Amino acid sequence: MNAPGLFSQLLEVLIALALAPLLTGWVNQCRAWLLNKSAPPLTQPYRKLHKLFHKELVLAEHASSLYRAVPYLVFGCMALACAIIPTLSTDLPLSPAADAVALVGLFALARVFQSLAAMDVGTAFGTLGARREMLIGFLAEPALLMVLFSASLLSRSTSLTTLVDLFAHRELAIYPSLAFAGVAFTLVSLAENARIPVDNPATHLELTMVHEALLLEYSGRHLALLEWAASLKLFAYSCAGLALFFPWGIADARTPQAMLLALPLLAAKLTLGGALLALLETASAKMRIFRVPEFLGSAFLLAVIGMLVNILLGV
Amino acid sequence: MHPLLFVLGIPLLGSLLLAFTGHRPVARAVNVAVSFATLLAAGTLTADVVARGPTFAWGREFFIDPLNVFLVTLTAFVGFTTAVFSRPYMQVELAHGKMTAPRLRLYHSMYQLFLGTMLFALTTNNLGILWVAMEAATLATVLLVSVYRTAASLEAAWKYFILCGVGIAQALFGTVLLYMAAGKLLGSSGGALLWTNLEAVKGSLDPDIMALAFAFLFIGYGTKVGLAPLHNWLPDAHAEGPTPVSAVLSGLLLNVALYGILRCKVLADGALHNHLASGLMMGFGLLSVVTAAFFLWRQKDVKRLFAYSSIEHMGLITFAFGMGGPIANFAGLLHMTVHSLVKSAIFFAVGHAAQKAGTQAMDGIRGLITVSPTVGWGLMLGSLAILGLPPFGVFASEFLILTTAMREQAWATPFLLLALGVAFAAIFARVQPMVFGETSVRRLPHPPALLPVFAHLGLGLMLGLYIPPYLNAWYAQAARLLGG
Amino acid sequence: MSAFLSQFINLLAAILLLLAFAMLSQRRILSLIHLFTLQGATLAVSTAVVGYATAQPHLYFSAVLTLLLKVILIPLLLHRVIDRLNVRWDLETLINIPTTQLAGIVLVMFAFYLAQPIAQISATIARGTLGIALASVLLSFMMMITRSKAVPQVIGFLAMENGLFFAATAATYGMPMVVELGIALDVLVGILILGVFLFHIREQFDSLDIRHLEKLKED
Repeated sequence: MNAPGLFSQLLEVLIALALAPLLTGWVNQCRAWLLNKSAPPLTQPYRKLHKLFHKELVLAEHASSLYRAVPYLVFGCMALACAIIPTLSTDLPLSPAADAVALVGLFALARVFQSLAAMDVGTAFGTLGARREMLIGFLAEPALLMVLFSASLLSRSTSLTTLVDLFAHRELAIYPSLAFAGVAFTLVSLAENARIPVDNPATHLELTMVHEALLLEYSGRHLALLEWAASLKLFAYSCAGLALFFPWGIADARTPQAMLLALPLLAAKLTLGGALLALLETASAKMRIFRVPEFLGSAFLLAVIGMLVNILLGV
Repeated sequence: MHPLLFVLGIPLLGSLLLAFTGHRPVARAVNVAVSFATLLAAGTLTADVVARGPTFAWGREFFIDPLNVFLVTLTAFVGFTTAVFSRPYMQVELAHGKMTAPRLRLYHSMYQLFLGTMLFALTTNNLGILWVAMEAATLATVLLVSVYRTAASLEAAWKYFILCGVGIAQALFGTVLLYMAAGKLLGSSGGALLWTNLEAVKGSLDPDIMALAFAFLFIGYGTKVGLAPLHNWLPDAHAEGPTPVSAVLSGLLLNVALYGILRCKVLADGALHNHLASGLMMGFGLLSVVTAAFFLWRQKDVKRLFAYSSIEHMGLITFAFGMGGPIANFAGLLHMTVHSLVKSAIFFAVGHAAQKAGTQAMDGIRGLITVSPTVGWGLMLGSLAILGLPPFGVFASEFLILTTAMREQAWATPFLLLALGVAFAAIFARVQPMVFGETSVRRLPHPPALLPVFAHLGLGLMLGLYIPPYLNAWYAQAARLLGG
Repeated sequence: MSAFLSQFINLLAAILLLLAFAMLSQRRILSLIHLFTLQGATLAVSTAVVGYATAQPHLYFSAVLTLLLKVILIPLLLHRVIDRLNVRWDLETLINIPTTQLAGIVLVMFAFYLAQPIAQISATIARGTLGIALASVLLSFMMMITRSKAVPQVIGFLAMENGLFFAATAATYGMPMVVELGIALDVLVGILILGVFLFHIREQFDSLDIRHLEKLKED
């Protein structure tokens, strides 16, 4: 591992860490605009993180060491995910690790620990949230895997970088199976990132909350890390989606210059994607938790159809 | 001027004319006159084909050969006699308040349109147009079935539309596949769907595509033939529509749909060199015969009873054509003819009987022989004829089908015999009290038109005793054409 | 005939199937109509693209016909019908949606299995489109079976016709013009008749629930 490579890898992670709250802020701003509310400034998530980092940490009485370790673990998982997803370049030291199955595993790991931590303090909300989170995860993961597999069928490899290489750096080709995979991926991302229609990220008061229920007992820097991890997760999903379906513009060199050139395009794509996400969220209503299996089931089946189409068309 | 122009033009113009004048009292007579003119034109066309052999009309878009010309004549004939029957029938319905002037206009117009589209379907050489005409015939009959606007008739029409719409969509898919197979050999010009062109190259059509195409065409048109398990629309449509419509549905529409299958079977047999088409036709034919026979026992409504009998007979005919070979094909064609004639005669009689009794429920119809001996005898003789008693034509054709089946498809004969036996018992047990039971029914205000009943039964009897040589030659030609 | 165009047609085929699947799992009548309109638009685009790719001007004509009929006229009629009948509510299905979807997957597999041998020998632009078209036809068919209300059944019927039409354009570059016109006419007349029927049914039963239409049974 040479120095420029290491530097580029570091740069990618840093960019992810810096941009992730911005993306969350942008989505929130768009949502507020679409709802005719006065929007919070773009930097609101940073301010929130700043505030939380400077607040006193309050721990529940029965909290175990697991409870204290989880924020760091989750944050680490998400940062690692951002590092291996080819956001800016496909040729980085960690790129060989960018395996689709590994990625899903990382997300699962974070989910499991977060749910364990939520149950750790023994409040009703935490347990409820953990149960729902596991239900969603249980349904979303196979769908996500199927999406990644149907894309992998095209590149004959589960490596994300190979995929991006295939799509972005070869002759332009249209893969119909990706239409299905794309829709399925959108559905899964909505569920995984606790967005409407599966969960409402803007509320703390409903009995229906899922993600917020997991964080309910956290405070101070722990909460800040988890909030940041959530932003990172959204960022990672967005980048994974972009890498799979709109990979054009991702550099295939490991020099920092090439990566900085790829950055504006990524920013533009994320801006557009964030606006679309906000539009999607305002246009739909939150569904009952019992409808979620159906919602994610559709995602899974769509991904399966995508694979079938792929086999039928033989491309 | 080609006589075909008149065969197709007269009903369509008649439909247009009746669309404006169908509500007037004279329209019932106009309907008869138009149908008669169509029959004359069909007769001329037949004479033409008998004299000069198969012909094309207007380029190669229309094609008349012994197979379809006999169905054209049959269609025109039953269309005419049904129009004769419908004249007094509709007068009674008008008097009972079941029909109103606007409905009568719709009825007359659609009746002619229906005949026109069926003749179109029979004579066209283009399998795409065949589909369009079949669909148009479906649409016309949907309106005919729902003409009473009662809850039951709407339900029947809705079922009919949805089920046949679905079915016929499969047939369209089959047609697309056929066109795809043909496109490779004939180019994707309009000529690739012409049956004669396809027939010429049938040996080199792609077998994979043709197998799939035939399966879809068979499901599609088979739904309209009323083959089990897609037969559910048929009893409802027969029972809830006006009786003349039941008569033409059973007597004509089912035949035309079967004709569509036969045309496709010729192509499929040529392309496939296996027994897929035959197997499908025999299997579903037999299934229909057996299913219908057992459903016959459960019927309470007289028109439903005979509708199920139609399913049974269409199944038998499909089975016969499935066996193939000159004798079975001959028997199938003969059975098509006699079934059309006898079944429509039965519906005429049933129509009058139901009008007399004021109900279609068999428990309500009793003692026809004392109320109106002619209707009673018509129904009795018709039932005996359809049950295959000698000397009627159905006996001859069923005998031929059964003996061929014993020789070639021995496994099927027990089922056929059992089903025919069950059907015999079921129908006879119900018709007997209707004709000879005790009654207290009043007389009808209008004399029934029984000429069609006895004309049909007479023809059915004649075909059982003696088939005129030209008709015989004609059947033999058509049977050869179907191959096997 | 560039590879790009054939890929584009494949993509449109996939979108068509996607929409058919979405219709199968959609509960709301209004969304169904929107999906149907989208499907019609996809169909029109694909017809035009096939026409361009194979230089067959008559396909442009059928593309315009599709646009007029299936994107403008029929959705407009459907909107009017549901407005007049006031049936915008969520609708229940006879079989629950996840089961329907699973059965849908099986149907898709079946369709692909049937079309597989043809896809291998077919010489036309988009080889797999026939299987996709068949799958959409079967999915729409399934939708008709599983819906208990009349309007979704009608939409299913129309969606099925869309699939068939797509099969005709993509697999065979369109049927002969006269046939295509005939089919269009039949569909138009059919939808008009069905529309009138909806009003009659409503009048007779005070509802558009097909379960009222089950009086005629064997007993």
